[in-house]
Amino acid sequence: MNTVKKYISGDVAFKGITLTFALGILVLFIAIIASLWHESLPSIHKFGFSFLSSSAWNPVKDDFGALISIVGTLLSALIAMLIAVPLSIGVALFLAELAPDWMKAPFGTAIELLAAIPSIVYGMWGLFVLAPLMAEYVQPALAEYLGFIPLFTGTIMGIGMLTAGLVLALMILPFIASVTRDVFLMVPNNLKEAAYGMGCTTWEVVRDVMLPYGKKGIAGAIFLGMGRALGETMAITFVIGNTHHLSASLFAPGTSIASTLANEFTEADSDIYLSSLVELGLVLFLITFIVLGLAQLWLKRGQPGGGQ
Amino acid sequence: MILHQRRMLTNRIILTISGAAALLGLVMLIWILGDVAVRGIQAINWDFFTQLPAPPGMEGSGLANAIVGTLLMTFMATLMSVPFGILAGTWLSEFGRESKIGQVIRYFSDILVSAPSIVIGVFVYLIVVRPLGYFSGWAGALSLAIIMLPVVTRTTEEMLKLVPHELREAALALGTPYWKVMVQVIYRAAVTGMITGIMLAVARVAGETAPLLFTAMNSPYWMEGLNEPIANLTVTLFNYAMSPYDDWISMAWGAAFLITTTVLITTIITRLVLHKRSRH
Repeated sequence: MNTVKKYISGDVAFKGITLTFALGILVLFIAIIASLWHESLPSIHKFGFSFLSSSAWNPVKDDFGALISIVGTLLSALIAMLIAVPLSIGVALFLAELAPDWMKAPFGTAIELLAAIPSIVYGMWGLFVLAPLMAEYVQPALAEYLGFIPLFTGTIMGIGMLTAGLVLALMILPFIASVTRDVFLMVPNNLKEAAYGMGCTTWEVVRDVMLPYGKKGIAGAIFLGMGRALGETMAITFVIGNTHHLSASLFAPGTSIASTLANEFTEADSDIYLSSLVELGLVLFLITFIVLGLAQLWLKRGQPGGGQ
Repeated sequence: MILHQRRMLTNRIILTISGAAALLGLVMLIWILGDVAVRGIQAINWDFFTQLPAPPGMEGSGLANAIVGTLLMTFMATLMSVPFGILAGTWLSEFGRESKIGQVIRYFSDILVSAPSIVIGVFVYLIVVRPLGYFSGWAGALSLAIIMLPVVTRTTEEMLKLVPHELREAALALGTPYWKVMVQVIYRAAVTGMITGIMLAVARVAGETAPLLFTAMNSPYWMEGLNEPIANLTVTLFNYAMSPYDDWISMAWGAAFLITTTVLITTIITRLVLHKRSRH
């Protein structure tokens, strides 16, 4: 009797302990949102919803608004996505379907290693290698041929929104590519073989079988990359220029939520300054939460038998 | 025939574009790694590993304290997150596979894996640094641990799920309590995979900067304990790279080289181990 009791109580304790720690992850998540919310309250009370639409950022007068940082975050991520998404789908197709077998392993490993390089190294490389190239060649060329569009006008400095978007694109490209490749690899072989058997070319199989089959998974991969791009700090703090200024030109320096936090958090000398910065952090957390939440949803549904 | 030629042509064009994109990825990797290696190796010498940071222009400057600080904080973060993550992963794999709450926990930890690391830094600042009134190595280690936690949890879960169910049944049939089955059979069967998961998490945080900026901060001195601001490689890299001094920038490349090689070697070893396992 006693042994049976001991037997059962040991397992009950084991289940209870592991469950406690598993629930700990949810508690952690709630604690993050609650503490950010609590610390944002002074700023929320003072500025209300106009915090989100105000372009003010004046530590001397204690007047703060999130608009410039939010625009910078979205814009740099948008540039990154425009460049990285088509390229990474190309890379993923190559790795999953088009490449001869002997090439798949080295290219696949290279892409995965590129995804493992710490973001601060991308940022530093962007500042010392990419930015001078942008100032010397890319931006003058853009200004000359596309200068009639306001996006490509203004002083050429090398750093700025466009360079930040490019560095971000480089950083998320391998990430999206490797997730998309995994989605393509999940397409059942008999579907592809049926199409090939009817005489389809590789591209036709990709377009009419693999892309439709994996479209939710690809959307998930893209959103996962976007979540990374929106929340990335070090890769862009080096090159975005860190000025609170809205400009129509992509050559102009700007700032993002993450880089504002990185630069100003330890300098915040008044309570309302700190509170506004924390509210910026909360906004960033919520934006990425929505984007990553959608990504996870689609990635799960994209798997065969997973949720559909 | 014309249609056939057009289809073949389209096919070849797309194949070329896609191959070019992959090639571009490879070229970028070689370009970035090449730059980091060429500029980094110049800064690395005996002093780099043994001396303290010196003011710009002084000879014999090194990042010994930052190297030790990064190693120590990563180690502490591992100690904090690994038991937590393994227990949470165990529940997900053994008891929470189909349950609603299991799915919710899985969903939120997957989001946490990609959540902005700078927000984790803000969170730890609010709950540790500000109440205590000082930046500290413990706060830095805690924010790294929070970033590692969901990675360790999810890989533990996946690795435990790979252990065949028959193994559990065989042990249970002998009358072994479930917790003993886990400790003496299942963890042993999954240990290689779990260690690789932990190594992946370590590789991930070894290069993290944003969560350390306002938790561990930085310091030019040797530490006397984790209860004070701690020098670390990534924040030092950031400060040095943004400075106007050539010798500091060169040191920053050295730090970048050191971090990148460590992270890449860890990643390669992990991949090799995982690859070998999945072949069996």
